[in-house]
Amino acid sequence: MTATNNLTLDNIGPKPLLQRLDMLDWIWAIMVLTATIYANLYYGDHMDGYEMVILNGTAITFLLLGWSWYAMRTLIIAIGVLSLGGIYFYAGNLASAEQNFFLKYMLSSQSAIMWMSALFVMATFAYIGNLVSGSDFTGKVGTGLTWSAVVMGFTGMLVRWRESYLISPDVGHIPVSNLYEVFILFCLITAVLYLHYEYRHQTRSMGSFVLIIISAAVAFLLWYTFSRGAHEIQPLVPALKSYWMKIHVPANFIGYGCFSIAAMLGTAFLIRNFADKKYPQAALTRRLPTLELLDDVMYKSIALGFAFFTIATILGALWAAEAWGGYWSWDPKETWALIVWLNYAAWLHLRMTKGWQGTVMAWWSIIGLFVTLFAFLGVNMFLSGLHSYGEL
Amino acid sequence: MATGANQLTPSGQKATSVILRFLGSMNLAIMLLVAIAIASVIGTVLRQNEPYQNYIIKFGPYWHEIYKSLGLYDVYSSVWFVCILAFLVVSTSICVIRNAPAIIQSMQRFREDIHERAVGNMPDNHAWHTTYSIDETKQFITGYLNKSGYRTKFRETDQYQTIAAMKGSSNRIGYLLTHIAIVVICVGGLLDGNIPLKIKIARGDLQIETREITVSEIPQESRLSSDNPTFRASVSIPESARVNYAFINIAEGYLLQTLPFSIEVIDFRIEHYMDGQPKSFESDLVIHDPETNEVLETTIAVNHPLIYKGHAIYQASFGDGGTRLKMHMRALHDKELTTLDINGTIGSYTELATPQGSIRLEFSDFRKFNIFPAKENEANRKFVDYGPSITFKVRQADGTAREYINYMYPVPLEDNMFFLSGVRSEVAEEFRYLYIPVDADNSPDRFFRFQARLHDTDRINEIADLATSSALDMEDNIKMDVTQAMLMLLKLFNTGGFDAIAGYVFQNVPEQNQMSYMQTYLKVLNTALREVYLDVLREDGIDTEAELDEGYIVFFDNAVNAMNAVHYYGTPFYLQLSEFEEKQATGLQITKAPGQNIVYFGFAMLTAGIFLLFYVSHQRLWFILRPHNNKTGIVMAGLRTRHRHEFAREFRKISGELQNVLES
Repeated sequence: MTATNNLTLDNIGPKPLLQRLDMLDWIWAIMVLTATIYANLYYGDHMDGYEMVILNGTAITFLLLGWSWYAMRTLIIAIGVLSLGGIYFYAGNLASAEQNFFLKYMLSSQSAIMWMSALFVMATFAYIGNLVSGSDFTGKVGTGLTWSAVVMGFTGMLVRWRESYLISPDVGHIPVSNLYEVFILFCLITAVLYLHYEYRHQTRSMGSFVLIIISAAVAFLLWYTFSRGAHEIQPLVPALKSYWMKIHVPANFIGYGCFSIAAMLGTAFLIRNFADKKYPQAALTRRLPTLELLDDVMYKSIALGFAFFTIATILGALWAAEAWGGYWSWDPKETWALIVWLNYAAWLHLRMTKGWQGTVMAWWSIIGLFVTLFAFLGVNMFLSGLHSYGEL
Repeated sequence: MATGANQLTPSGQKATSVILRFLGSMNLAIMLLVAIAIASVIGTVLRQNEPYQNYIIKFGPYWHEIYKSLGLYDVYSSVWFVCILAFLVVSTSICVIRNAPAIIQSMQRFREDIHERAVGNMPDNHAWHTTYSIDETKQFITGYLNKSGYRTKFRETDQYQTIAAMKGSSNRIGYLLTHIAIVVICVGGLLDGNIPLKIKIARGDLQIETREITVSEIPQESRLSSDNPTFRASVSIPESARVNYAFINIAEGYLLQTLPFSIEVIDFRIEHYMDGQPKSFESDLVIHDPETNEVLETTIAVNHPLIYKGHAIYQASFGDGGTRLKMHMRALHDKELTTLDINGTIGSYTELATPQGSIRLEFSDFRKFNIFPAKENEANRKFVDYGPSITFKVRQADGTAREYINYMYPVPLEDNMFFLSGVRSEVAEEFRYLYIPVDADNSPDRFFRFQARLHDTDRINEIADLATSSALDMEDNIKMDVTQAMLMLLKLFNTGGFDAIAGYVFQNVPEQNQMSYMQTYLKVLNTALREVYLDVLREDGIDTEAELDEGYIVFFDNAVNAMNAVHYYGTPFYLQLSEFEEKQATGLQITKAPGQNIVYFGFAMLTAGIFLLFYVSHQRLWFILRPHNNKTGIVMAGLRTRHRHEFAREFRKISGELQNVLES
């Protein structure tokens, strides 16, 4: 590898993956591997081929996530410890939720999700405080609260998964089967995606905007819980009993989460644009995220969302071929997914090949959220069709 | 995707190339995307493929005709919608064809012939000197670039040497893959669509059948042979039946699709969760293939279809396949306790001769389970099962009919049990229920005996006499009047319930006295009914002299209410289901979609393409090396289409590292 004389390539340039890994990376790999082997050995008999693929695919995803974004290790470990703790305290008996102190106040799915809701709302205020005051500390608090909310939310989801099996083994299912559960998923995925952008761009200035939409989802969630009792675990209708649900729904919500972030950043873009013209000297104006950053992250968010929304729609088509007898039936849900897809396809075309930027694209990404929202909620509420699982 | 293709149109171009340019243009592509999106909305807002009758009611005949001719009732296979889709396919294809050569070329071209000045003008550029010779520098930089994943190419001129490098050219493949994928998916989808069928119907080769006739009566021009390459059909097969056809539902009627095999249904099962909600729908099938004499036994369920010779067989629905019923028919207005045993089968009818002419009992549905949300007090159970029920129509000789739903077992309502029978005269109406109270044996017998006793005039005379004669404090002539009043009121009640008595009062009593008469009459009627009821109870060996149990009193109230309601029930009899032999039918959907694999291939291309497009970036670097006072002058520059910030960072890192080593 050496060139002549003392010119050597040994210490410069990108290192191959294996050399880049440090001690902690290897410890992480061993942890993931151990957990995966354990899961395969002890629970392999209960899974079919598709579920094995999903399990091991998840393990690989965790491994890579932990290697490329260190915060994910802490997150995954924290969620793992808390949810295993929850499962341990249940000790196979659903009634423990009322008797065990930790379950009652923290780890039962209802408590954990309430914690998540509270933490998200607090995080929103912290980020707004950070924006208004410019206080670094407040911003760090916002980040910390958001991470904590994510931990509690995922713990709640995983414990809820277990609780569904405690109700009865045949009732058990992954908690992404109704509107209540996917709203939690939406909050969590949006938060993680946001935290990723915060980390990548080393700025908390976008936090208040993104957390506002998460708080809105939390508000809906609370209303849905307290006025409709939506938090109760329901058994699955036969059409939803499929391994496809485990991948179709999360993929969709990565898409929805990204599109929501893009819309909120679009809003921030318009505000900053307005503030730049009206109050160019104001301190608050300068604390708002820069137009350049917003434009960049908005694009990245839509690109990522589009990629996952494409996958989700394709998975939906594959599932429809098994459950409804055809990969495409022009069912309202399918059609609206196509509309959302076409909308962002047009957005990306204009952005990527025509180089459109600025307020038009910002407005468009906001409108895009309403189109997405209709595809997500409106279709179930106003249009009838096969995909009537998430009804209000 | 008209990257780099938007040059100015030179004057004097041929018309065809102008058209091609337009068809392949980005503007058209965006317009088409938006047009498809908007057109798709129509199909979701307006319910598709409903019977025309519904649309006429909704929009009126005038707009109905307009909407119909615009194809709005079946947007997705209407001519104009398919045309827009076809346009998108053509536009995308032209786009791909026109740009593919340039794209493939750009993947191979390093642009090593770039001019030194152009390099210096690039937004990302950096220049420095090194004491190493040109060759050393060149070798080192090349090594570095190759290690970093760049491909390199050299060019040497008199004055300087150029290293041109690039990586991520598969990004350009992403362009091709995504756009070809759209074409592939659309073509595959078109193969599976029903357009050929629509053309055949439009040309008159196929005739949509709208009559309800048996399969053997369906004429040849409404049948499709088994070599039809693509279809989506459905069929309902009773247990233990075997068919080799399915129906394609289309607009107002259907077509018969013949299958190259026959499907025998052995069993259909519904399993329930503990709380009563359905858990699974399964059918045990046997496929008989006459070509190979093969017999395939299999079980399908929701989400687990059977794929057989390119046909996919899905569990789509279920229904009754001809359950056999045994029923007791009990008279509601007769002094005889007649119980007629009759048989029936779901899906067929039974004729009955009555004094008012013949009536027809049409048995339409049987349900083994009737799951309803549980009341609050039933802890731990969200749903309760009210057991089997039958739905039937009673059709009079004049053709009018009422629909009934009768439950086999008593159903709880506010602490009491009732035999429930719902009635309605229009399908759109809600059922109104007759609640027949049950006796101690959980049977409706006592109610029917009470009912019959009321119609037994002789016995009623005796009861009335007895009731009044035992009243010691009455004058004889008043006793007579009371007896007469009792008999009259019972007779009125028998003919029309409380309403008949009210009607009588309104007709025969001056207005100012109506209220007091009504009150008195109801009191007397109540006494009379109570005496008849006690007579029935005595027959059962119950001591009516002692204080009656609360239960007997509640029963009396409920029975009287039911007897009053009987006058609005619409038939003079009640059908009590006594036995059934359930036979279910499974609803299958059978499809043949040869385009499916093409579409799936398109899906794979699309996914791969999108990730290449977004997450592999095509970036280029150039190094101009020039001898300079015993040193080597280096000018480095780079280009990347997107993610300029990341690239600028990477550029700084590369230039920094190189400079660091080369300057030391």
